[in-house]
Amino acid sequence: MSVQNLTYLFVGITFALYITIAIRSRAGSTSEFYIAGKGVHPIANGMATAADWMSAASFISMAGIISFMGRDGSVYLMGWTGGYVLLALLLAPYLRKFGQFTVPDFIGTRYYSSVARLVAVICLIVVSFTYVSGQMRGVGIVFSRFLEVDINTGVMIGMGIVFFYAVLGGMKGITYTQVAQYCVLIFAYLVPAVFISILITGNPIPQFGFGDQVIDDPQYLLSKLDGVMTQLGFEPYTSGIKSTIDVFCITAALMLGTAGLPHVIVRFFTVPDVAAARKSAGYALIFIAILYTTAPAVASFARLNLFESTHNVSYENAPKWFKNWEDIGLIAWKDKNNDGKIQHANGNAFDPVKPKFNETKGVYGERLIANTASTGNNNEVYIDRDIIVLANPEIAQLPPWVIALVAAGALAAALSTAAGLLLVISTAVSHDLLKKTFAKNLTEKKELLFARLSILVAVIIAGLFGIYPPAFVAQVVAFAFGLAAATLFPAICMGIFSKKINKQGAIAGMLIGLLFTLSYIIYFKFLFPEMNSSEYWFLGISPEGIGFIGMLLNLFTSFLISSVTPPPPNNIIRIINEIREP
Amino acid sequence: MNKSEENRHQYWSSNLKLVFSLLLIWFSVSFGFGILLVDYLDQFTFFGFKLGFWFAQQGSIYIFVILIFVYIHRMKKLDEKFKNLSTEDD
Repeated sequence: MSVQNLTYLFVGITFALYITIAIRSRAGSTSEFYIAGKGVHPIANGMATAADWMSAASFISMAGIISFMGRDGSVYLMGWTGGYVLLALLLAPYLRKFGQFTVPDFIGTRYYSSVARLVAVICLIVVSFTYVSGQMRGVGIVFSRFLEVDINTGVMIGMGIVFFYAVLGGMKGITYTQVAQYCVLIFAYLVPAVFISILITGNPIPQFGFGDQVIDDPQYLLSKLDGVMTQLGFEPYTSGIKSTIDVFCITAALMLGTAGLPHVIVRFFTVPDVAAARKSAGYALIFIAILYTTAPAVASFARLNLFESTHNVSYENAPKWFKNWEDIGLIAWKDKNNDGKIQHANGNAFDPVKPKFNETKGVYGERLIANTASTGNNNEVYIDRDIIVLANPEIAQLPPWVIALVAAGALAAALSTAAGLLLVISTAVSHDLLKKTFAKNLTEKKELLFARLSILVAVIIAGLFGIYPPAFVAQVVAFAFGLAAATLFPAICMGIFSKKINKQGAIAGMLIGLLFTLSYIIYFKFLFPEMNSSEYWFLGISPEGIGFIGMLLNLFTSFLISSVTPPPPNNIIRIINEIREP
Repeated sequence: MNKSEENRHQYWSSNLKLVFSLLLIWFSVSFGFGILLVDYLDQFTFFGFKLGFWFAQQGSIYIFVILIFVYIHRMKKLDEKFKNLSTEDD
């Protein structure tokens, strides 16, 4: 069977599976719709959390980014896993003990203020929409490359599926579909990784393989890669170019942001008790770590493979995947030295960085581009980082079913995250805005109806973002983590661990954190992008890492304001005492 | 301070002590070994990896998992101890 037919088959089977599960776990009450009736087993919740967490970005982009960043890519590995330690030790058990439906519920109650709740809702909606638009785009890319449908049709199919099971099943349906999606995505990630590890090092465990010797060569893989890269004028793979303070702050912002992300936190409301909340954080991290420890191995294999299969190879003999991805515009080649061969080197091959294709072909059949060749380096190739994971099985010449499996896995990763995010958004609207703020006498039945309606609206907006992606989608990702780190995380954490922080302190802290982080990012990313380099940054901290400073400002402001305003009332102190008990 | 309040106080302070010591390890393996000391540790090799690089891309993640399970286990014990203490009072 051809790759395309196999992909149709795999995607079809997995979609049928998700829909069957959704129909079997329909939600009947708001408790089932918002938090799956608190009846989810910790292992199932761990898997669902892992699928919820690992998005198209983790599955498709992360290994590619690490592949091109080398050691600096560690910020994502440590940042996106270390947050779970904070979540397990500082937030999850207490929020479960508190036992409501949403994150704004906790902030609104603990700080006895609907203004605080509203600020939390705003942070939540900004963070979640940023994320969901990226997922829809991921769905579109997979459909267009592997099923050869138009990107927009792909987005529409994805929207339809997510809408179907999110509206029908709410949190309950989503949880059990996510369990299935986790199994699909992790299997799809590991199979090619194991194959490639065996091909390159003979070691079937990728985590050990990338520290192993290369087959037919006494060299260790990483030192060989360092050598190849130095020869081509790159920094060695295992050394970094980012400054230590920047790496520190980005990692911290990603960790704190992870712990403050509403769609992850809400998963801990779905388990029966506090002990189960702790356990599911542990299981979630195991399930996540399986992918996150494989990703850096895949990254280094892919980088070596890329050089070995294309460097100094004439375009006419270039592997088929090179031309396939060139066809959809994610690879471009400009023969700068007119020798007909592909050459890699450090630096951007041409200016601007992203290729603009003419509709004509060159002497060797390559797609010609309008960009001017950049002088000062010999690099001739543009490669979009997003293709590394998707193209890896082709680069390593694995059988067609592995390629089809990766496509199904990428869809599982994108759909599971999109569904979780949409649910959080709809809950914030129907529960926090309507039921708790503007329409307090809403009946449960009506609230459920509004929850379903707001998912519909959210799906449509997310789909529009996927079809008409705002140019800044990739850049706004820095927002999501920075904002969560500077607003929600400190507000929740202080709410549990300090009895002094009052309403005024928390609101002022969240607003300062929000405004500072937002304006720093907007200043460098949108207003003065030409100044976005370390000599202009505050203390050399990039916009990706500034959420950490935002968090420090938030803490400082909260304590300062709380010390000059009246302390929280006695009934709040009682609530704090209660959530601290086992 | 009555007996149950004292128990509650004790429970909370042993909880804080546990969380603090686990977070100290969390900080050392990631921010310490993986970022601040990475270049120093890179002079040692560990199963074919430079040691600092290994902590940054592998080791810290394994230790994160272990930390959470140590926490789960210790808290379970602490919960049981506290439950026994409070039933003795009744």
